Amino acid sequence: MTNEEKKCIAKFEIHYTQLLNQAGERVGPLPEFAASYETLLALYRTMVQTRTFDSKAIALQRTGKMGTYSSSLGQEAVATGIGHAMLFEDVLLPTYREYAAQFQRGVAMSEILRYWGGDERGMAYAEQPHDMPITVPIATHVPQCAGIAYAMKLRKEARVAVCVLGDGATSKGDFYEGINLAGAWQLPMVVVVTNNHWAISVPRKVQSHAQTLAQKAIAAGIPGEQVDGNDVIAMRHVMSNALEKARSGGGPTLIEAITYRMHDHTTADDASRYREQAIVDEHKRLDPIDRLRKYLIANHNWDDTKEQALHDACAADVEAAVNSYLDTPPVPPESMFDYLYETLPDALQSQRDEVERRGKQQKGGD
Amino acid sequence: MAEITILEAVNLALARALEEYPDVVVFGEDVGVNGGVFRATEGLQKQYGTERVLDTPLAETMIAGMAIGMAAQGLRPVAEIQFMGFIYPTIEQMICHATRLRNRTRGRITCPMVLRAPYGGGIHAPEHHSESTEAIFAHMPGLRVVIPSSPLRAYGLLLAAIQDPDPVVFLEPKRIYRMMKQEVPDDGEALPLDVCFQLRDGTDVTLVTWGAMTHETLQAAEQLEAEGIGCDVLDVATIKPLDMETILNSVAKTGRCVIVHEAARTCGVGAEIAAQLAEHGLLSLFAAVQRVTGYDTIMPMFKLENDYMPSTERIITAVKKTLEEA
Ligand SMILES: Cc1ncc(C[n+]2csc(CCOP(=O)(O)OP(=O)(O)O)c2C)c(N)n1
Ligand SMILES: [Mg+2]
Repeated sequence: MTNEEKKCIAKFEIHYTQLLNQAGERVGPLPEFAASYETLLALYRTMVQTRTFDSKAIALQRTGKMGTYSSSLGQEAVATGIGHAMLFEDVLLPTYREYAAQFQRGVAMSEILRYWGGDERGMAYAEQPHDMPITVPIATHVPQCAGIAYAMKLRKEARVAVCVLGDGATSKGDFYEGINLAGAWQLPMVVVVTNNHWAISVPRKVQSHAQTLAQKAIAAGIPGEQVDGNDVIAMRHVMSNALEKARSGGGPTLIEAITYRMHDHTTADDASRYREQAIVDEHKRLDPIDRLRKYLIANHNWDDTKEQALHDACAADVEAAVNSYLDTPPVPPESMFDYLYETLPDALQSQRDEVERRGKQQKGGD
Repeated sequence: MAEITILEAVNLALARALEEYPDVVVFGEDVGVNGGVFRATEGLQKQYGTERVLDTPLAETMIAGMAIGMAAQGLRPVAEIQFMGFIYPTIEQMICHATRLRNRTRGRITCPMVLRAPYGGGIHAPEHHSESTEAIFAHMPGLRVVIPSSPLRAYGLLLAAIQDPDPVVFLEPKRIYRMMKQEVPDDGEALPLDVCFQLRDGTDVTLVTWGAMTHETLQAAEQLEAEGIGCDVLDVATIKPLDMETILNSVAKTGRCVIVHEAARTCGVGAEIAAQLAEHGLLSLFAAVQRVTGYDTIMPMFKLENDYMPSTERIITAVKKTLEEA
């Protein structure tokens, strides 16, 4: 058969949503929630708080008070939109840059600091009962998300499982396996790919020859779309629609949120080895916080006084979280045994005793 | 000759291999432009080009699988897994294929690949970045597992691993990546695999260890020397297959043995060494074999990593126990 004789049996399009342009101007009709000043303020506040937290966390690492930290600088709108759109009873499976979503879902800033401070108690989430902790082994949480979504479906609950991963993560088998199941079983789940253009030093185009990452969903039989991840209104909007669809039995969605990693990969990385600062500076124009601020100034009488008050309030909250973190009582060494099993097997008791005894000796010796 | 670190010795050996063998291909996540997150592959892409030093997509199963495919075609792939905590997706490829190709094809197809990964705790790294799970690989028939503990051995053993006709998992103790410096002649000379290295001569007790724990073990030996206790310190270096002959000969001399490893205790490589001592060396032992190891817990996050890992003091206590028992 020649090419002309071949019939086209499938086609796809990938849609891209942007509602505010980089100047903070409306480029399309805004969703209903955007009419509410309170809602916009909540989104704005979360982004500002997350950024304030971020710079403080980097400072803690730089001054030796915390371990390696992964910054969400420049990507705040993605997780802010996700967290705001989700219901509390939904389940979030984050990676390590979704602080804004976690904060909105009850995770304390001090808990995130404890986590990066090398302390498992930073995953105990006192006010968040069912979300999964931060996932470091890339993409391993996508199949887990399918499992969580299936549990919801089996119990006929109107809940949705949301998994967030990076552009690099979409190269891993776990990702394909997870979204394939989501499609095959029509699971109530939303997969958000935060395309920040980089996986440590590896640029997006080295990960995949595909034109978009959203189109990877097509092969799994689920809809995929792109959104301007630096436009928090668009992000919140697209996320809400996907959640609603999943919640009402309409199946999964993959959202590729386009943003940019403004900081080094983590505080252990030095991005100047592999990317030009000029390119990073270019992306400052697209800043998600600046964009919403411009919109608030133009439409809601936002001004410097309000801006300053908000920054002061966020700084105070972050300060309190840092103090709580720094005042964290030491971890008892023997606690490394206490959450291995529901009950410690007899075979491990002598090891626990040894660690406890050594811990006490060391304290006594100090 | 300048003195170099273990990390620089790894880099030197990789460069040497790329230089000498046109079939060597180096690849992994961030190994090209960035030179590896620890800089083990720094400068290699510049020197040897993007066809032989490659940044891969983020996919460990694929990295191991493509190494096997390249090796089956007679290339000598040297693949990097960024941290041992992310090596687990390679296990299926390694256990079902890398280790078996020679056997399944009766020698028609072989798998001369090297899978490198930094491993071990003690650098205040995030979750999943500090484990010592070498025993998982040591349990796989058909595999070699090699762990250097000095710049000289990093250079010589990595070259040996690359020259070896069978698959090798090469684990680099990242805590001591930059801890010590040695003169390392870049002579392309490999060190032998499958043999222990004696790090210190002594007649009272045999200390058996590998990787970063050689550091604490040598410290313990030094402190014990001051008390008149002589330690024979062995760096196992190739933990699979084991050079039991050297260990048994040492224990025949000392009559006592303490095994030190960072990995969890149960089914650690120390258990295999102790079992073989029971099988073949029982009559030379004056005291029960002691193991100083990580505990049977999840590797704790870094606040507690020093409580988890064997300390010099724990090693000394164990040595004294073997002496009291006799
Ligand atoms: C399975 C696995 N392999 C490697 C790593 C090391 N690593 C941590 S983050 C990262 C890049 C991830 O890139 P991406 O998915 O784009 O997420 P981003 O960091 O950009 O948010 C790598 C390779 C890991 N954590 N897990
Ligand atoms: Mg990325």
